[in-house]
Amino acid sequence: MKMGDLRLVLVHIRHTNRIFWREPLAAFFTMAFPVMFLVLFGVIFDGEVRGVSFAQFFTPAIAVFAAATATFTNLAIGTAITRDEGILKRVRGTPVPPWIYMSGRILSAVWTAFLAIVLMFALGWILFDFVVVWRNVPAALLVFSVAVATFSALGLAVCSLVKTGTTAPAVANGIILPMAFLSDIFIPLEDAPSWLLVVGDVFPLKHFAAMFGRAFTPPEAAAFMGAGPVLAWDRFAVMAAWLLAGIFITMVFFRWEPRGGK
Amino acid sequence: MSTVIEVEGLFKRYGEVTAVAGVDFAVREGDVVALLGPNGAGKTTLVEMLEGYRQADSGRIEVLGYDPGSAGREFRDRIGIVLQESGIEQNLRVREAVEHYGAAYSCRLPAADLIRLVGLEEKADAKVKTLSGGQKRRLDLALGLVGDPHLVFLDEPTTGFDPSARRKSWEMVEGLTSMGKTILLTTHYLDEAQHLADRVIVLSKGRIVADGTPDSIGVGPPSTTVRFKTADPTSLPRLEAEPSVEQGKVSYQTVRPTALLHQLTGWAVEQGVELEGIEVVRPSLEDAYLSILDEEKGREDG
Ligand SMILES: Nc1ncnc2c1ncn2[C@@H]1O[C@H](COP(=O)(O)OP(=O)(O)OP(=O)(O)O)[C@@H](O)[C@H]1O
Ligand SMILES: [Mg+2]
Repeated sequence: MKMGDLRLVLVHIRHTNRIFWREPLAAFFTMAFPVMFLVLFGVIFDGEVRGVSFAQFFTPAIAVFAAATATFTNLAIGTAITRDEGILKRVRGTPVPPWIYMSGRILSAVWTAFLAIVLMFALGWILFDFVVVWRNVPAALLVFSVAVATFSALGLAVCSLVKTGTTAPAVANGIILPMAFLSDIFIPLEDAPSWLLVVGDVFPLKHFAAMFGRAFTPPEAAAFMGAGPVLAWDRFAVMAAWLLAGIFITMVFFRWEPRGGK
Repeated sequence: MSTVIEVEGLFKRYGEVTAVAGVDFAVREGDVVALLGPNGAGKTTLVEMLEGYRQADSGRIEVLGYDPGSAGREFRDRIGIVLQESGIEQNLRVREAVEHYGAAYSCRLPAADLIRLVGLEEKADAKVKTLSGGQKRRLDLALGLVGDPHLVFLDEPTTGFDPSARRKSWEMVEGLTSMGKTILLTTHYLDEAQHLADRVIVLSKGRIVADGTPDSIGVGPPSTTVRFKTADPTSLPRLEAEPSVEQGKVSYQTVRPTALLHQLTGWAVEQGVELEGIEVVRPSLEDAYLSILDEEKGREDG
């Protein structure tokens, strides 16, 4: 990779960011929705177990949801709309290599996901006594990296399969919201039927949430809950499988021209 | 001079429709070629195959020495494209758009110059969504030229322009021509083709039905029309041709307009008749174009 290519990737990250923040609706759903959940949860579940506040558990869960929205949902909808508008077709006629354009989009989404997590943590800390377990931050960053790669690939896969940007929101939200309920994000599924737990295990979000949540569980609570290590290779394996599936679908089905195209 | 575009036996089908039905032509460096033809003639399909957007069913294409269907970055670095239809980020400002889309080219024109060239300097800081249709088209033109291309494809570049914007864009294209760039443009405006192109290719139903300089394209001897109004058309003499009357206007067709005018005006002065609004009309490209398409239609029907 040449220096010029690196510069071009940066140009595209900045460009995608700029467009994202100038589009109030997308920015609103990505940032304001999770904030709303966080505040609601904080008000409803106001309490603590063994000196650890509830916020310690739901803040990382909502941060995970925000990160998944920022990558999966945004890339699926945003890229499909960009394709509908004929912008992708224009880009394809310029010397920008496809991988550079895609890197720009993906890394911009990852940056947004990172900001969303920082925002959730900051609000959790200010409003509800959430504390960052600094010792586990490197592990959390590793989990974050694999997870956002997976959800970005899946977002582009959805964009590759939907016809237009009009159907993309229904499909993307129709996937991510049920997945969030199956993944211990909004409600703990301890008492759910076992088949539901198995279904949740098949999808990547549960493993993202489990490892990320575990990383921010203070040692005293972790011991009390009998939790295992932060990094679990079987959880990474499920995410990696979805990552590969997402890349494969995108490589085969992605189109640069509006559908009904050539 | 070297050949920039070479096309042989090109076919492209969409189901039942054959959009491009066996096209051969070559364009040399520095040529300005106008592609004419009615809606659905296959102009966009042809141009987008040359640009690498669409794959031909059969035939050979070579553009700047590349096969556009498989060419990559270096090829696109040397061409400029104005698509018939494409979008720009609505929330981007004009200046930002020119800078952003220029970023990938190895050679790029300064954004400010380009914005001035297309006459958008007053809109340089306006968002794309606030531009009028013609202004957006001018931005398309700027983005097509930002990489200082050797070869420029313009698919109906001036559709939606007001007359002064069209004149201005003609000057721009002439500027490009004087820099030795090769241009392939499609248009429905025959005056545009006549003004800009040194070669006109007429496409009908995916086939080339005429190819030549704008002046040579009319087939048969160029016949000139002498036209005027007069009070009593029935009294007119038969000169070298019978006068025809249409909507109160009399016209003679002739290949020797000087002689005809001499006889006609001589007769009129003698008779004390006024030939109101007399004009001598050379056959325009438009007439030639319409008659080519008529002939083509006649051949098919017959
Ligand atoms: N993607 C496509 N799918 C199916 N048919 C197509 C497609 N693109 C073009 N066609 C058909 O091919 C023919 C040529 O279309 P094309 O767009 O090349 O015409 P054109 O000469 O550019 O017309 P216009 O002057 O209206 O732009 C038309 O009959 C059109 O319906
Ligand atoms: Mg067209």
